[in-house]
Parts: sequence; C-alpha cells; structure tokens
Amino acid sequence: MTPDTPLHGAPAPMTPWTRAQWAAHLAAVDPHGLGGVLVRAWAGPVRDLWLEELTLAAGGAPLAKVPSGVDDQRLLGGLDLTATLTAGRPVLQPGLLAQADGSLLVVVMAERLQSGLAARMAAVLDRGSVAVERDGLSAVHSACTGLVMLDEGQGDEERVPDALSERCGLWIGLDGLSVRDCVAGIDVVLSPLQARHRLRLVAPASAAQVEALCATAAMFGVESPRAALFAVRAARALCASAGRTTISDADIALAAAIVLAPRATCLPPPPQDPDTEEAPPPPPEASSDTDPDSQMQDAPLEDQVLDATRAALPQDLLAALSAGAVRTASPRDVQGAGARLKSLRRGRSIGTRCGRPANGHRLALVESLRAAAPWQALRAREVAAAGREGARIHIRPSDLQVRRHESRTSSTIIFCVDASGSAAFARLAEVKGAVELVLGQAYAARTQVALVAFRGTGAEVLVPPTRSLVRARRLLSGLPGGGPTPLVAGIEAAVALGLAEKTKGNTPLILLLSDGRGNVARDGTPGRAQAAADLKDTAARTARSGVAMVLVDTARWPGQETQALAASMGARYVPLPFADGAAMGALAGSLTADAATARVPA
Amino acid sequence: MKRAILIAATDPKVGGVMVFGDRGTGKSTAVRGLAGLLPPIKVVAGDPYNRDPAELDGRSATATVPVPVVDLPLGATEDRVVGALDIEKALTKGEKAFEPGLLARANRGFLYIDEVNLLEDHLVDLLIDVAASGENIVEREGLSIRHPARFVLIGSGNPEEGDLRPQLLDRFGLSVDVRTPTDLAQRVEVIRRCDAYDHDAAGFVASWKARDKAIARQLTKARKALHSVDVPTAALETMARLCMALGADGLRGELTLMRAARACAALDGAAAVGADQIRSVAAMALRHRLRRDVLDDTGSTARIDRALDEVLGTASQMQASPHLVAAE
Repeated sequence: MTPDTPLHGAPAPMTPWTRAQWAAHLAAVDPHGLGGVLVRAWAGPVRDLWLEELTLAAGGAPLAKVPSGVDDQRLLGGLDLTATLTAGRPVLQPGLLAQADGSLLVVVMAERLQSGLAARMAAVLDRGSVAVERDGLSAVHSACTGLVMLDEGQGDEERVPDALSERCGLWIGLDGLSVRDCVAGIDVVLSPLQARHRLRLVAPASAAQVEALCATAAMFGVESPRAALFAVRAARALCASAGRTTISDADIALAAAIVLAPRATCLPPPPQDPDTEEAPPPPPEASSDTDPDSQMQDAPLEDQVLDATRAALPQDLLAALSAGAVRTASPRDVQGAGARLKSLRRGRSIGTRCGRPANGHRLALVESLRAAAPWQALRAREVAAAGREGARIHIRPSDLQVRRHESRTSSTIIFCVDASGSAAFARLAEVKGAVELVLGQAYAARTQVALVAFRGTGAEVLVPPTRSLVRARRLLSGLPGGGPTPLVAGIEAAVALGLAEKTKGNTPLILLLSDGRGNVARDGTPGRAQAAADLKDTAARTARSGVAMVLVDTARWPGQETQALAASMGARYVPLPFADGAAMGALAGSLTADAATARVPA
Repeated sequence: MKRAILIAATDPKVGGVMVFGDRGTGKSTAVRGLAGLLPPIKVVAGDPYNRDPAELDGRSATATVPVPVVDLPLGATEDRVVGALDIEKALTKGEKAFEPGLLARANRGFLYIDEVNLLEDHLVDLLIDVAASGENIVEREGLSIRHPARFVLIGSGNPEEGDLRPQLLDRFGLSVDVRTPTDLAQRVEVIRRCDAYDHDAAGFVASWKARDKAIARQLTKARKALHSVDVPTAALETMARLCMALGADGLRGELTLMRAARACAALDGAAAVGADQIRSVAAMALRHRLRRDVLDDTGSTARIDRALDEVLGTASQMQASPHLVAAE
C-alpha cells in the first residue's frame, strides 16, 4: 500500500489473500483492541501458510492454543495443586487467557465452543483482564488478548457463537484459495511491533472520517456499533504502520474494506444507476432518513469508503447479496441455544460428599484438601509425637471428597403439526391457537419444545428442541398450509426426534396434531392405499419406540379411524374442541400435565 | 437504562435492574462505569463487609471508599460467591477462619452479573435469595456465619441466548431494554467517544469529570429527599388501577412501581409523585411482570403505554375535579 496516494476512481477489488494478510498484520499490531481474527476456513496448506504469516507478524514465537473443550480451570486459572502442596500455601496458576496477555491466542475448532465458554472469553475481550474467583482464590490478571478463532464450520448451523464473532474485529475466509494465490504481499513501512508502540501517538479520527465509516456500515446493513469501532481502530493501526500520526482518508477506506466488507448483510443502492431493479431493498436499519441524507451530502470521502468496501466484498458474499439474499444479522441461532442446554445437562454440581473416588465418582481435590486443612497442625504434632517422619501435608482417607452431580431430566414437547391442505382449509388457525396455549404453559413449566411440520412430500424439523419459545412461536405463526398429507413422514420425523431426546436423557412427549388422513406414502409418492399400509407399519413402530404421544384430532368431524390410529400407536386420543377458549385452555392444561407425568426420575 | 440504574441507586429497596439488549450496546460498560458516578461511602476501615461505622457504634477507624461495584465473573465457584474457609490460613496455620466472598464485598454497593442466563441455576437462586433478604448466611464446613449483604443486583442478558425463568425475572425490580441506536449522528458520536478514550484514556476521563460530579450530586440530593417525597393517595390509586388493567400478578409490581416512582420524583426534585413519574417508570417496573402473554415480549411495553393512557386519562379527570375526590 502507498498510504499517501489518495484513492481515485474505483479501487481494485481486494483479494481474499490480501485481506487475510492485512488481518494478520493488524491483529499483530493491536491484538486486544481489534479483538482478533475470525478465520473461516478448513484446515489445509493455505490456512497453515496464513498462520505462519501471523506467527511471524506477532513476533515469531509460537502462539498458544486453546482446545475448544477447555475447562474453566485451564482457561481462567485456578488453584495449582502441585505447587500448593509443595509450597504449603495456596498458589494460583493463571489461565491461558492471562498467559497470552498482550498477544494472540489461537482457538481451534471454534465453531464447537459452548456458549458458556464463549461468554467467558467475550467477557475477557471486553475487559482486558481475567477475574478469577475460584477455589477459594481471588485475583485479577491482566489479559489484553486477541483471539484467533479457527472456524471450520459448514453452513449457518455450525459457527462461532455470535457473542464472540461479534467481538472479533477481523473476519477472513480462506476457502477456495490455493497456495498459488498466496503470493502477493502487502506493503507496510513498519513492522507490527514497531507500529504497536506508535498506536498511542495517532490522533483520533476526524468527525467526517467516523461519519463516513458509520454511514458505510449502515448502508451495508452492519448493525452492531462494534463494527464501526473496529474499523476506526483498524484505521489507527494502519496509520501507525505507515509511521504517520494523522489518520488519512485512505486509511479509513482500507479499514472499511478490511473490517466492514465481510460483515455486509445487504448491498447499498447503486448510485444513480438506471438498473436499480436488481438491487435488493435496504433493510430497515439502513433507514430511509440516513440514506438520502448521506447521498445528498455527496461527500467524496464517503463515496471513497463506500467504493472501497464494495470492491472488497468477498466474491461469494457478493453473489449471495446480489441474488437478493439478505443475511439476517443473527441467522438461525440454533447452535448457541443448543450448546447452552448441553452444558446445563451435563448435570449441575450439588456439592461434594465423603467417599472414595471410585465407580465413576470424581475426586473433588480442593474439597478434600479443605477437609484435611484444619487438622494439619494437629496431625503434624501427632506424627511428631509418634516419632515418624511426617509429610508436609497429612491427608487421611476420611478426608477424601467426591463430587456429586444432579442430572436434570427435562421434558421436551415435540409438536408435530399437519400443515397440509386438508388441515389448512379446515382448522390450521385453530391448531395454531391450541399450540400457542400449550407453548405458554410449557414456558411456565420450563419444558423444551420442538416443532415438526409436514405437508407436501415430506416433514421438516422447523425448530430443534429449545427453550427459546419466542422462535418456535414466530415460526409457527408464519407456517404456511397446503398440499397433500405426508402423515407417515411427519410421525417418523417426530419419533426420530423423540428418540434422540431420550438418548440425551430427556423425556419426550409428541403432540401430533392431524386429521389422521395421510395420503402420501413414506417415499413421498401420492396414493392413499400405500400411505395407509405405511402408516400401519409406522404406527406399530411408534408404539414399540416407547415415546409418549398424544394425538389431537383436528378433523372437523372426529372419526373412529383416527381413534383407531391413536390406539395402534399407543397414543392418547384427544379431539380438538371447536374454537372455545375454556376448552382449549383445559386441553392445554391436560397436555402439559401429560408432559409432567411423562417425566421419569433419572 | 441510565434512569433505571439511577433509580435503583437512589432507593436500593426498588430491587435490582435487569438489562436486556442487543449486542454491542454498551450494557456492561455502562454498569462498570457506575462506581465513578456514585458518591463515596464511609466504612469501617478494613472491614470486609464495608459496614457503616454508625452500625457498629462507631468507635473504630473509618475510611471513605468508592461504592463497591462487584463484577461476578461467569466462572466463579460457589465458595467464592458466598465465602468459605480461608484455605491459606488453614494450610499455613491450621486455623479455621472465614474468608468472605463476593457477596460480602458487594455489601452496600452493586453486584453485576453479565449474561445472567448463562450463570448456573443454583448460583442464581442463591443470589436472588440473598438480595431479597439482605443477609448472607453461610453454613458450611463447620462454619456458621451471617453477615449483611445488601446490594443492588444488576443483571444483563441477551434475549436471543435463551429466556429467563419468569420467577427469576419477577425478582428484579426494574427491567429495561437497550437497543442499538439507529440514528447515524448518535452512532458517530458513540464511535468518536470510544476513539477518544482509546487515544487518551486519562484525558477523556478528566474531560467528563464535571458531568460525573453533577450526577453524583443529583444522586446525593435525591437520596436525602427520598424520605420527604409524598406519595398521594390518588397516585397510589392510579398505580393500582394500572396494575389491575394490565393483569400483573402479585403486589410486587405495585410496590416496585411505587418505590420507583418515588425515587424518580426525588431525582427530579419533585415534592410529590405525580403522573409524570408514574409514566416514566411504569414500563421498566412492569414490563417483565405481565404474565398473560409471556411469549409476546416485544408488545408488553406498548401494552403498558396503552394502559397508561387509559388509566392516566381518568386520573387526570379526577384531579381536575378535586371536590369529587373529596366527596368520595
């Protein structure tokens, strides 16, 4: 880069590798201020090459690594037992985050981080220090750390928890690059470490510069204020790297290209282009009062920043955005919610009790030491009196403590909703009403819910088991109706989900809302006869699976046939009352009670 | 959010504040900045519980310290929260001594929990219990200790990460929702201030000192005035009618509303609680207590506004004809 040359005309598109190199450089200049780098790429030579560059930029020493399943003790710090025993007084061992103070920490397989861990890391990124309040110790360690998160996730389902990716300033993607692409270098005057010392000398960005960044962020649908802040910090790091003390407009444009472009969720309306029909409408946050304003001002800096950002949009993102796909700011947050529940389900610790660490019981070391501690002086005297050589610490079998866990089983209500044409015409609205009533009660009882809908040729799990009922409700209310009735597929999807819940230690209850008139066979072909045969088979298997089920008959005229189906599945049969608030409420009550009685003690 | 925290600081009896908000809206930053705003308190020198010298028949030496704002980190273990055997003393001297935990440190101040929904259930239950009783009772490892733990609980969370149990929400006095500013000028200002702070932290703090002091003064005055603020019967009736119209369960809502309105009046320098105060605190005191439609959280503020308009409409009519009220 030649930072003093102002940008004229449309800037050349930024290649992914250039961005990656800038990211490595900037992360090394200001590890904590920029939060680190989010690397979305599979393991491979390109990623290794980039990590090498990053290591070099950060000073050459190998970077510390955090495995994604790290525990609190290792991450945040805790009592160092060996040292404590040797020293005879408590010794605190700093965690990985504190050890990497002033440098970068690599998180491998970051897409598998549980949200509890992610929140701990996020807090450290926010504060620049780790507060240790563990094992009877209390300390604060400085931890001005940046995180390099290696995200190998696929698609939207598997990704770094939002709380962390949001706090990570630099996003790069290396997929689709080959080693041959990784030749071009970037042009900087000072090394990252030299630049780091000059960061404080750089004067704050001017109002116009900050405004240009914020306006660009708004136009690309980047909602979080953190993004613009990272862009300002990146500009400062760029300025320091060039050995200057005043941020130039070129710094701002480049910073926007590096920080803002990968976060774009929509394309800004093309300036004075006749073919605006192709352009997707700006999302509400790029609200109409900001857009015309900024266009009317016609600030050249703003255009520069905008152009630079547009030119830096990653190719795949650009394609998706021009196709009109507007990425939501927080796409289906399945992963975060699910991970959190998993961590809860590991069983909460309900203290310790005396006992030997056997039969799968884990020794509670600190508690054991605690139990032994008060007697040390006494035991030392006893040992001395008996004339034996004493160890420094006297632990008797009676001191040993083991952990106790309480694994909670929670119940999961799986709604299996018939959204086919026959149901839609008759009573889909009423079904939605009934489901909402049950949802309300499930909320109070803290049960999890899942939503399976079937129509057309197959069934779909719309909401995997979650406690976030808001999402279940939103999806339900937007559920379209119509098409044939793949009842078999619906039941099978729900039972499969129910069995999965069972293996996790939860108690599932399937709530099947249908008129029982399936007309699509298991393989998706229409035909009442084959469908009926498949249904018989599925019903028998459902009964054997042992998953509790309630069949709510939604037909206008509840019939014998559906009742027989319920019996063959071992399900409770309930005809859906006609839209009558009290009857619906009673139904919801009895269903929730069902879920409660289905609860089996672990 | 600022107002809610100031109200809770004026009258700790209001109960804690729960802050919901989008990512990156500076929830945590705002709470952590609180210590600098509040007028310092007098404590017994070296007392681990920050007790007021007046409470201890003050013969001991006193010290003036900033109001404690204790941050409860997510990885904290229970023994550090409630306090436990002092492991160092036990190891080195063979003594049984109590080492106070975070609850002791937070006495007479604030306890802040970021991401309440990620904190372990048993810790949350414990905190709520202590916050309500104002006393921490430790019965473990042969220790039996009770010490004062009066603090304002401030929680923050992101609703997208999962819901909070309604029982838990109800224990927070006030609840506020922080949104990302959508106005360009505001966003620019936020970024500029952050940038200025990055550049010269000490200078930035100095330049805002005067405003911080002004808030501290306002707060000191409000605390003094709190006991003399009058809550007229008409205002109480308005609050009761508002709660009935909204179908909020229990009396906690009304109590909180009353206390918050009084604190708000004290902050405003008003002599009595009027319609303005009720209007400004109703949403934060009630929005998390509406049980009827728990799933529809976004709509609850709007519902409160509507109910306010109805109830305050009738109330102002009544005030307009005072002899009518007198006749009743």
